[in-house]
Amino acid sequence: MSRSSRLKKSSRAHWFNSLLYLITKGPILSLQIMLISRLCRVGVRVAQELSRGGYMYMTRTRYHTQGPCRQYQRPLLELLPETRAFQSAVLQKHHGFSTSASDGASAGGDEEKEAISVTFVSKDGEDIPIRVPIGMSMLEAAHENDIELEGACEGSLACSTCHVIVMDMEYYNKLEDPADEENDMLDLAFGLTETSRLGCQIVASPELDGIRLAIPAATRNFAVDGYVAKPH
Amino acid sequence: MAIFGAKQVLWRSFTTVASHPLRVCIVGSGPAGFYTAEKILKRHQGSQVDIIDRLPTPYGLVRSGVAPDHPETKNVINQFSRVVQSGRCSFLGNIALGSSISLEELRELYHVVVLAYGAESDRVLGIPGEDLKGIHSAREFVWWYNGHPDGRNLDPDLKSTDTAVILGQGNVALDVARILLRRTSELAATDIASHALTALEQSSIRKVYLVGRRGPVQAACTAKELREVLGIKDLYIHIKEADLKTTPADEPSSGQRELHFVFFRQPDRFLESHDRKGYVSGVHLEKTALKGVGSGKQIAIGTGQFENLSCGIALKSIGYKSVPVDGLPFDNQKGVVPNVKGRVLSDNSGDPTSVENGLYVCGWLKRGPTGIIGTNLYCAEETVASVSEDVEQGVLGAATESNWPKPGREGLLRILEDRKVRVVPFSGWERIDKEEKRLGSLRNKPREKMTTWEELLKAASE
Repeated sequence: MSRSSRLKKSSRAHWFNSLLYLITKGPILSLQIMLISRLCRVGVRVAQELSRGGYMYMTRTRYHTQGPCRQYQRPLLELLPETRAFQSAVLQKHHGFSTSASDGASAGGDEEKEAISVTFVSKDGEDIPIRVPIGMSMLEAAHENDIELEGACEGSLACSTCHVIVMDMEYYNKLEDPADEENDMLDLAFGLTETSRLGCQIVASPELDGIRLAIPAATRNFAVDGYVAKPH
Repeated sequence: MAIFGAKQVLWRSFTTVASHPLRVCIVGSGPAGFYTAEKILKRHQGSQVDIIDRLPTPYGLVRSGVAPDHPETKNVINQFSRVVQSGRCSFLGNIALGSSISLEELRELYHVVVLAYGAESDRVLGIPGEDLKGIHSAREFVWWYNGHPDGRNLDPDLKSTDTAVILGQGNVALDVARILLRRTSELAATDIASHALTALEQSSIRKVYLVGRRGPVQAACTAKELREVLGIKDLYIHIKEADLKTTPADEPSSGQRELHFVFFRQPDRFLESHDRKGYVSGVHLEKTALKGVGSGKQIAIGTGQFENLSCGIALKSIGYKSVPVDGLPFDNQKGVVPNVKGRVLSDNSGDPTSVENGLYVCGWLKRGPTGIIGTNLYCAEETVASVSEDVEQGVLGAATESNWPKPGREGLLRILEDRKVRVVPFSGWERIDKEEKRLGSLRNKPREKMTTWEELLKAASE
């Protein structure tokens, strides 16, 4: 299957993973921008913004203030949650933000040993960078920082509500394989992807420094009477 | 565009706070009800939310459905308690929709009414002999061992037979099988109802058959539950080799407990005992074959070959069913309230334009009785999104006004007082909770559930 026809597939998991492949293996940025345009309905605007470097601070700060670029970004971003994930990831590549480099540069080697940097990406595409002490689970860390991650069973592997998506394959591969019990619960999670894990089972350790975790967008149409909402 | 939409909702919510608080009544305090409450409170900062339930105790199936040996699944109760303890949401128990208060009255008292009262009835097989003694629905059996006051008097006879047949292979069927076969010494340290523990200690049941009309691929149970049951000590599991490629080879020792998975058998009728008239003595089963009906779905077709399976007790675990109330459009065939994204429709035609203003559904009443606790998270999000859209567009209350004052909680309590209904507030539940925990600690159990209406209401008001 050619890369472009694979990208046309409608399933989100497929979409996301195809883009991940592009980012890690894709040739040049202009090709990536071209593909962004084709994929996003507002692609040209996005591509322009990207090349202008208007997203410089997107991965860094939580959205508290209105910047000039934000007003362009917000409406575009509302439409396609995956776009933001993609954009953030592309940004890192484009601006040379390798995840280890950006945080490895922080002063104080001791501090690094005690805590790592984790970025949660909320359902609305907001980047929320936090520090997580080594040994703490991502679910616990999310709750400590008022990040909206559900945890119905409070980390006892009896539900799938703390489902998170590891945004970079590189980090996903660093995690220990899930136990059978975790896989049983993941099987029931909504919006499952190839890099999905339960947040209560990801424990902060030094090699996970810089990991980015997306909280899946939860809305899902329940078809009753055969009614199916039009895709948007 | 979206950014203006977002600003509008914020503004409306703000003006709502300033003028008339959005008054919401949620009927049903299970996961659907509580997740709905949580999301409404988040989206509408000034709203006042009341969760009513016909029981004096909240939490729905988390308390009365989740099996006693699955305590971690009940942890979500802590999250739900916090919703009430936040102060903007009230729990009002012992209020029955239809008898204590009508749906019409609720819609006059509140801007928004969300029905999340689940499914308190059962699908029926519709086969001869279904009303013989010794045949129960799994729902009633689960209520019985979980101490639901309406299950207290089920009194299943576990002493006159060594074999139980369970029709159905979903998670509820597995729960029932496990409770029947687990060592009672293990159950004694759970929150299982005492009367059930006593009956199980005296039970003579040693063999349980889980009968499904289709094959293992179609069995509705999930991996966790299957893994759990296969790992129970001293329990011989039998699955016919013809139904599966591999099977445990060991033969059971005498007296050992056995769990048999039987596939490709559908019940044709129940057999009546000759010695005890009116009591079930077995199930007449028909062998089935699978037939594809398009889009990957396979149904069971009878083959005309029959066999009998003897038993002294049969439990039907074939699905729950919702119960309609006066004034509520209901699809009897599907057993749900007709709706579009949680907005109740006036009839079953599916016409999305004939919407009942201010009336919504969530949970099993909306989707049908499937899914886990977490499924209600998304269900609630969808329903609350519909509520928020309607609030923003001013379709609630009068035709064009965005909101007008509604009596809400004060109005409801006044009417109920006139009718001498003993409303149990959350503090009443907290008294029940404390007492149950205290009684439980005397017996090394997390709690000793109170299982009669009288006990519960008394403890709530002490």
